[in-house]
Amino acid sequence: MEQVIANGLYLGAQYALIALGLTLIFALMNVLNFAHGQMYVLGGFITYTVYGQLGLPFVMALLASGVTLAVIGALMEKFLFRTVIRRSHREESTMLLAAATAFFFDAVILLLFGEKQRGVPKIVKGVFNNAGIIMPYDRMVVGVLAIVFIAAFVLYMQYSRVGRAMRALAQDRVAAQLMGVRVDRYSMIGFAMGAMLAGVVGGLLVTITGVNSGIGGPISIKAFLMVMIGGAGVVGGAIAGGFILGMMESVGLTVLREYGDVTYLVIFAALMVFLSIRPNGLMGKPWG
Amino acid sequence: MINRRSTLKSMALGAVSTLALAALGISSAQAENKELKIGFVGVTSGPAAAWGTSNVRSMQTRAAWINETGGVKIGNDTYNINIVTFDDQKDPKRAIAGMEKMAQEGVHYVVGPNVDDGAAAVRPVAEANGIIYFPYAFPKALYQKPASNAVLGMIANYQSGPAIYKYLKENKGVKKIAFVAANESDPLSQRDSGVEAAKALGLEVVAQNDTYQNDTRDFTPVLTPIVALKPDLLVLSGVAPANAPLLIRAARELGYEGLISTETAQDAKVLEEGAGEYANGFISVGGASTPEIASDAMKEFVARYTKMFGEYNDESNTKVYALEYIIETLKANPAAINDVAEFKKTMDTFSAPNPFLKGDAKLSYVGMTSFGQKRQLSVPMVVNEYKDGAFQTLFVGSVD
Repeated sequence: MEQVIANGLYLGAQYALIALGLTLIFALMNVLNFAHGQMYVLGGFITYTVYGQLGLPFVMALLASGVTLAVIGALMEKFLFRTVIRRSHREESTMLLAAATAFFFDAVILLLFGEKQRGVPKIVKGVFNNAGIIMPYDRMVVGVLAIVFIAAFVLYMQYSRVGRAMRALAQDRVAAQLMGVRVDRYSMIGFAMGAMLAGVVGGLLVTITGVNSGIGGPISIKAFLMVMIGGAGVVGGAIAGGFILGMMESVGLTVLREYGDVTYLVIFAALMVFLSIRPNGLMGKPWG
Repeated sequence: MINRRSTLKSMALGAVSTLALAALGISSAQAENKELKIGFVGVTSGPAAAWGTSNVRSMQTRAAWINETGGVKIGNDTYNINIVTFDDQKDPKRAIAGMEKMAQEGVHYVVGPNVDDGAAAVRPVAEANGIIYFPYAFPKALYQKPASNAVLGMIANYQSGPAIYKYLKENKGVKKIAFVAANESDPLSQRDSGVEAAKALGLEVVAQNDTYQNDTRDFTPVLTPIVALKPDLLVLSGVAPANAPLLIRAARELGYEGLISTETAQDAKVLEEGAGEYANGFISVGGASTPEIASDAMKEFVARYTKMFGEYNDESNTKVYALEYIIETLKANPAAINDVAEFKKTMDTFSAPNPFLKGDAKLSYVGMTSFGQKRQLSVPMVVNEYKDGAFQTLFVGSVD
């Protein structure tokens, strides 16, 4: 059982980090970023190239993933989403745009990086094996880093000037604008941060799970699942959703293994029941 | 007056004219060739892109090679090969659309689809439009009568699995076996036939219900309960190349020390990057490019593929064959070029040298034992063991 809990916590940490960027963009702009998984994949491939292929330090690769995705996110917000939000009053326009960018990224990533699964050398070797728990050291490092990143993100949003402005924006866009918050600027920063988080977690996890050009869609779906559990646009909700999903997966795959692949069936059934009772997820409203 | 400048100018003009004439000559020679369209309907995008991409690139590499060397002579005509491609995105509905496109373009020979449901879905279209197709899918109904237009392009798991388990039982002392498969039709059917084969060999099956979502990225929770059962052999039924290194790594990190195998083709580079030394000893089914058995033609194919696409894919060791069979069968009976009934007739007696293997190996159609009719390419059943970044041949078998 100790192993099952350890697996769940580790999965939860990585899932929570994946969901953070998605929920940030949703909170700020009401945009369901279907390309979140593709951004994760791109971040993974950048780390693969810089660390795995060029042999540069892992930290530099992670930085390259984060910065590149932040720039891409900023450009996407400035030239795509801002324009569409300004010109269209229908929310589905941004959804369609997000879906289109997801397909676009899928195609570009396939062209640039090929169809193969890619992996990089382990950042830390060895396996912890004690008290009934087996956990490779690199997973422990990634798990701890994920928690550190989550904590840093929450603190930044809570106490920094930019974070406060973005929270104000998420609470009430018009009121924030009337109070002097530069909506365009902070929307762009928020989108860039969301994309950067996707890139960083992609770069971080390429050391454990590798990356391939086809996983963007499934990653996005899983991230949406976590956000739905926790409550769309709520940072705490995304974190809770990540840990809940990780734990449900870990326990389900052990307890239900004799019945075939019913773990996700049970998770989806539970989610349907849960959403019918709490349609806004665990933490409900946009955060602030 | 002849000066240095005019001499140089004349030489340059002469050189350009010669090159232009030569180019015209080449293009007119190529233009004289007829065109033979061969189709591909398979998955080249999404999570399973590796399967179809290695397929279509093998065909494109071989076609470019043939065209570069003047085309292929079939009967009295020489043809350039034109590969017509369609990405079915692993969706049966799109696979049907792809096969319909092939019919509209007058294509009679199609390689693919790559998965069971796609291969089953295109059957009515192929049969109605006189198309012979070469799926990489294992359902026997596709190849048994009354079906007659599908030709299995590789070794099926129910052919390689028993051979591998028997070898490992006799040579490595395997007694307990566990299966894990993705929750999709191909891997599940491969798992079921693997379980059946293992039981028939008297092996103790300790796990046969464990499955995972194909988009799983972390397999530790999936493998934790299986590793605790301490099987001697862990079979990754129908595992996608993207998932194989992740499963191997998770199993080894959890302390699993037994053997790991699969009946699908894998790529050494992917295993090396994803699992490193944990992949040593991993057993899979490959084609014909291990150094022990690869011919010079196979080596040239690998070199050309690498030059054309930047990196070779070991899955192509198997997938190099389909186009070769189509061309060689058409050469054996030129009337089949627009008449698949003629092609079917030729399949029963067809035999040609296998260019990709050393020695006197032959290309021929097999499948009598498994399907009751010759609806399978005779591809060498090369069982490989991964070791330090490369595959080593464990044993070579065949099907009849």
